[in-house]
Parts: sequence; C-alpha cells; structure tokens
Amino acid sequence: MLCCQCNENEATVHLTEVVGDKMKKVDLCEACAKAKGVSDPAGFALADLLLGLGASQQVEQSAGSEGGQLTCSSCGFTQADFKKTGRLGCSECYNSFADGLEGVLKTMHKGTRHVGKVPKALRRARDVSDQLKTLQKKLDKSITTEDFEQAAVLRDEIKKLQKRLAEAAAP
Amino acid sequence: MNIYEFLSTPLESCQRTGPHDGVVLSSRVRLARNLRAVPFPGRAKKSERVKACEIIRKGVEELPEMTGAFADSMEHFDVTDKQVLVERHLISREHAAKSAGSGLVLSRDETLCVMINEEDHLRMQSLQPGLQLKKAWQAIDEVDSRLETKLDFAFSSDLGYLTACPTNLGTGIRVSAMLHLPGLVLSEHINQIIQSVTKLNHAVRGLYGEGTEALGHVFQVSNQMTLGESEPDIVERIHKVLLQIIELEMNARTKMLQTKPKVFFNHIGRAYGILAHSHSISSKETMNLLSLMRLGVGERMFPGVEKALLDELFIITQPAHLQKQFTDKLEAEERDILRADMLRDRLKKVAGPVIPA
Repeated sequence: MLCCQCNENEATVHLTEVVGDKMKKVDLCEACAKAKGVSDPAGFALADLLLGLGASQQVEQSAGSEGGQLTCSSCGFTQADFKKTGRLGCSECYNSFADGLEGVLKTMHKGTRHVGKVPKALRRARDVSDQLKTLQKKLDKSITTEDFEQAAVLRDEIKKLQKRLAEAAAP
Repeated sequence: MNIYEFLSTPLESCQRTGPHDGVVLSSRVRLARNLRAVPFPGRAKKSERVKACEIIRKGVEELPEMTGAFADSMEHFDVTDKQVLVERHLISREHAAKSAGSGLVLSRDETLCVMINEEDHLRMQSLQPGLQLKKAWQAIDEVDSRLETKLDFAFSSDLGYLTACPTNLGTGIRVSAMLHLPGLVLSEHINQIIQSVTKLNHAVRGLYGEGTEALGHVFQVSNQMTLGESEPDIVERIHKVLLQIIELEMNARTKMLQTKPKVFFNHIGRAYGILAHSHSISSKETMNLLSLMRLGVGERMFPGVEKALLDELFIITQPAHLQKQFTDKLEAEERDILRADMLRDRLKKVAGPVIPA
C-alpha cells in the first residue's frame, strides 16, 4: 500500500478514527508520518490531518478548473504547499484560496461564517455598520411611502454615522 | 531560573482540587491567534519568527496575569526539560520540537500558558483542575481581550480569527477535559461512549495515543468545530456532555461493585500487589495499575490514602520526571528498575486494599 500523502513510499503507519458513523483511515510512510507529527500521537489529531488532506484536494480541484497553479499573492504559498502540509501560509491565503476553501469549511465546521468573539475595535465598527444598514432600509421605506420629512431625518442620521465610521477606520 | 525549579513540585500540583475531580483530572481552554502582518510560523522565515516571537513575548509578559511568570525561548530548554513540560501537559509535543524563534510564557500559578510560534503565532491556554470549563474560558478570554489592544490579530468578519490550519478557523477555540474513566473501560462500555461522543462532533483521544486502549484509562474529550458557533455555546455544549460522561462513569463503578465485586477487588488488589512489590516495571504498566489504584481510593479501599498520592506517582514515574531525579542518563531498562524501586518505597507505608463496608 502506498502512502496517501506522497504516493511514493510504502505506507507503514496506519491510523483509524471513527467520526460519527464513518470510519476514516490514513496510511502514511515513515517520512510523511514524521513530517505530520504522527509519531507523537498526543499532539496529533487524525481529523486535522484528514481534513487537511481533503481540504487540499478540494482546493486543487477548484484551482484546476481555472487552469494553472493557484498561488497566494501575499506569501507565495501554493496549492501544492497546502497539499503537502495541510496548513495555510498566511492570513491572506484565506482570500487567495477562498473559492476552494468554502466547500472544505462546510464539511469541517458547523457553519461557514464566524459567530462569536470579535476584537473590540472591530466590534464598534461593526455595530455602526449594522445600524447603518437598518437606517438605510428605513430610509428606502420612507421614500417609497413618500414620507419625505422622515426621510430627511434618516438621511442626516446616516451621514452622521458614516462620518463616525470613517473616523474609526482611519485612526 | 530553570523551568524545573520554577514548576511546582508534582505533589503540589496534584493537591489542586476542583469540582468532579474524581473523574475530571483537568479542564483546558485554548485559543489560537495570529498576527496579521506575519506569515504563519510554518511559512515565516526564521528572522520573521524571531521578531514576531519577541513582539508577542513582550506583549504577553506585560499582562497583569503574567506577573512573576516564567518566559524563555525554546532553544534554552534541554530535551528532558521540554519532556517534563509535555508530561505536565503544559506544552504540546509539537512545541517541544521547536527551538529558536519559538517561546513559552507560563504564569506563576501555572494556570495560564502561552506557546509562541507553535503551529500558530499564539496558542494560549488556561488550565484548571477538575471540571471548570467556564472558569477556564473566562480567564483566557480576558487574556485575549488584553492582548488584542497590543497585538494586531488576523481577523476577518466572515471567517473570524484566521489560523494556520482551517480546522481551527473562526473562534480558534479548543475546549477539552482530561477524564479518568476506569469504570467505563472495565465494564467495556467505553467504545459505546466514544461513539456517541464523536456523533456529537466532539473528539475523543487517549492520554498518549489514538485508539480506545488509552493509557491509565485517561481520555481527552474536546470540540472539533470552531467556526459557526460562539465560544460560550461550544463551552456549554461540551460541559453538558462531560456531566453525562461523569454520571455514566460513576454508575459503571457502582454497578460493577454491586454485580461483580470479586472482579472489581481482583483488579485493584493485583494492581496494588504489583506496584508495591515489583522490581522492574514499564511506564505503561505503571500508568494502568496506578489508574486502578486510584479507582480503589475513590471506592474507599485504601483508608487514609489521598488520590493526590496516585496522581503524584502518575507524574513522577513518567520518563522525563524520572530522569530528572537522577544525574546520569538512564536507559529504558534502568528506568524500569528505578521506577519499581521508587514505587516500592513510596507504597511501603500504604497498607493493602480493604473491602469497603
């Protein structure tokens, strides 16, 4: 049996993990097992490796359809690097490989959008932009119902908020 | 100061108590964070890693929580010291393999531990004895909130905190508990439990390996998904699962005592016999037998013996801790002999098990 990572050497390390009702297996050669840290099971999650492998394949497919090798404009990481390591190179990689990652994240996580903690500085900006959206909707409504007095009030409020947002974005 | 001098003694560290600590050895919440402007550690050049490590270390050391903390670069630890940290569950094996450009900051009370340039720029964790996931989350949340005012973390409003591996994306949180489950192993219910827990999308791992035959009957349960669910929800969900496992474990122990008392006493009596009288014993066998004795202590079979003694022996019989007590480099065979000597000595004053009334 060949190593599922490099497809070159004989696989000597075999791992099995049961997730849900599915059994997943990984077969690796010595070198790849070592590179992945498999020799040290405590710090190693089979799921990470499996998902990493799956992820790289999906990214590869989506990139392949466009032709040519996808490369991160910021750090120069390529899909081949991702396939080899199961890791991304920098935070910008999430934009560079966004198309391929979308499907991967769906199978890996509960959702594909972040729910939870947001750094405080961004939270403030996000609150303002949420407020803006609500006001814009109200404004649209008051225009369609021809309530121009109300629309004028809303327009001023929106302007005020936009100014605040611009100030917050440029400290 | 050397890390080994900084660390509390194994006995001190085993005297920390927490809710449900008969079953839950420890609770841990870990957050992964990265700097926006630097490639992830696996991709960054050495010079970039060294610089990032300096910036992060300074920020972490300035935290009020880190007053009197231990901080050092990984190249200043020798192999045994790193292994001691692994055996105390303070750093990962991956981090133990790091050198220059990676670092460690450990709070004075050892409840907060920050690994710098492991897989991500920051892996910060909060540790608590027993089942205290919420407390651990609050502590690390506070540390994170302080750090974000000094360090520019990579964050996207759609994907959350950006991590080297997509499996940690979003919240970057890993909530886990170390569980001692001898009752479920002996009653052969453990596989069933593992299956149901994995169905809930949590991961179950052994203390030092994959598979169900976990050493010392110790298992680690943790969340798998980090994106699309908030931190408090993740903590709450795993807390509920753990409460159920605790109940099942306690039921399994009680039931075994009632229905198969001879089997139960046999396991514990033999464990005591070997530990107190052997002249050579491997660390694996030691862990499994200490686990059984710990079970016996929980069922009042060793009056006057605290489970802290077993927990302490569990730590000091592991390879690096054992090596630390001797100056010469020990071979595995020598270690097995010295381990047995130590166990005989420490258990000399412990009388054999009694059958509880």
